[in-house]
Amino acid sequence: MSNTSLPQYNAEQLLAQPLVGLCEQLKQQISSYYADEPPVLVGIHRGGFYLAEWLHSSLELNEPVGGLDISWHRDDLRASSVSPHVKPTRLPVDIDGREVLLIDDVLYTGRTIRAALNELFDYGRPAAVRLAVLAQRTGRELPIAADFAACEFELPSQQELKLLATAKQQLLPVENWQWECVDKEEDE
Amino acid sequence: MTATQVNEHGQLTHLLQLEGLSKAQILQILDTAASFFNPQDGSIVKKPVLRGRTVANLFFEPSTRTRSTFELAAKKLDADVLNLDIGTSATTKGESLLDTLQTLQAMHIDMFVIRHKENGIPQYCADHLDPRTAILNAGDGNRAHPTQGLLDAYSIRKHKGDFENLTVTIVGDIRFSRVARSQIAALNTLGVKELRIAGPDNLLPENADDLDVQVHRNLDDAVRDADVVIMLRVQKERMDSDLIPTTDAYFAEWGLTQERLKLAKPDAIVMHPGPMNRGIEIASEVADGPQSIILDQVTNGIAVRMAVMSLIMSGRKS
Repeated sequence: MSNTSLPQYNAEQLLAQPLVGLCEQLKQQISSYYADEPPVLVGIHRGGFYLAEWLHSSLELNEPVGGLDISWHRDDLRASSVSPHVKPTRLPVDIDGREVLLIDDVLYTGRTIRAALNELFDYGRPAAVRLAVLAQRTGRELPIAADFAACEFELPSQQELKLLATAKQQLLPVENWQWECVDKEEDE
Repeated sequence: MTATQVNEHGQLTHLLQLEGLSKAQILQILDTAASFFNPQDGSIVKKPVLRGRTVANLFFEPSTRTRSTFELAAKKLDADVLNLDIGTSATTKGESLLDTLQTLQAMHIDMFVIRHKENGIPQYCADHLDPRTAILNAGDGNRAHPTQGLLDAYSIRKHKGDFENLTVTIVGDIRFSRVARSQIAALNTLGVKELRIAGPDNLLPENADDLDVQVHRNLDDAVRDADVVIMLRVQKERMDSDLIPTTDAYFAEWGLTQERLKLAKPDAIVMHPGPMNRGIEIASEVADGPQSIILDQVTNGIAVRMAVMSLIMSGRKS
């Protein structure tokens, strides 16, 4: 679980990468680390949850996937002028004393993960929490790092990367997943 | 100027009544309420959404459950809570009420939760106070009790699923009930299949025909094949007047007994906003029976009030 030699991409190179390849690499890292006992998979809505569902089925895990909504722990909740549409956090098993693998599509500032840890600890005290992401973007603002990641990339600060894994509210097969690079929505 | 409870972004800024809210807005409140429950054990999870904010509970009329659940809801959201006992005689509508509230505003209160015996007081406050303080109506006169309507809608969805397939019956003192008014507004907006009201003639609203409900003058007919039966409290002051003959006579004609409940669907649920008059509008065996969700309504009331407070305050820049 070391990220020292991750492939480095710029935006153009990252968009050219087949997403399924990154997913497979991430899966390999996870399955070799958790060879003895599988963790509880918990995805962060929305991109992280889709990835968690895919990992769950391709790792053939028995316990269902959990989903976290981090809205109430966001540190920018008060800077917003529109209230969030919150989906309930669903943890299918008691996380007390368990190994939890937190999953998101992209790790960037670390603020989402900080909020996710708070949300997770509202429900119990895991034995350990580790973080798996498809891609980590340079620009951390908090002392948070991924334990598992398939690549690293850089992007101009006014842009963000989104995982497109659904069409018409249906989860697409992983072969059809895409990155979308968009300009950040400015909150007035 | 008349203050509105939804701003130009569709964001809830006050909660004064349910009339005028869209189906999507009501569903957002119900979904948000669901997010405060721990699915593992049904407990309510504390979230720091209102940390650093101050909520003042202003009950100009006595209340136990509504006030306690508002207080708990604010505390579960990490707000600082101020409970003020304000005698009904101390303030009358007009200058002195506004003076009281403006004084509190100067203490940097972010939200007033207001219960008042006069119709329209929360709206009046929203119209005349600096808009930096949010107003949450906890019941005004016989006009509106929006969080009760929302918690009843939440409870119905939790136990019975989609509103489109449901027949809901509301029984009792409809005319003088702010609860009934808010329930009717919520359930019609949410699109229940059939909404029925029933009660003695002199306790039915004068504008019943405008309410988009079926009016029944016989309890058996009203309950037949219903999915949800909501019994309303008979108010004691009505009994002292000529509107209700005697409690025994009322129970004989309008009380929900186990026998009568059998006319509803076998899996029908029974609700009551409380406090109950056992043996007047509802038999004890029904209130305590397996179809009653009366105590669950109380629990849901905390989450629904948390949802309303969160949605109002999360859209207000601090």
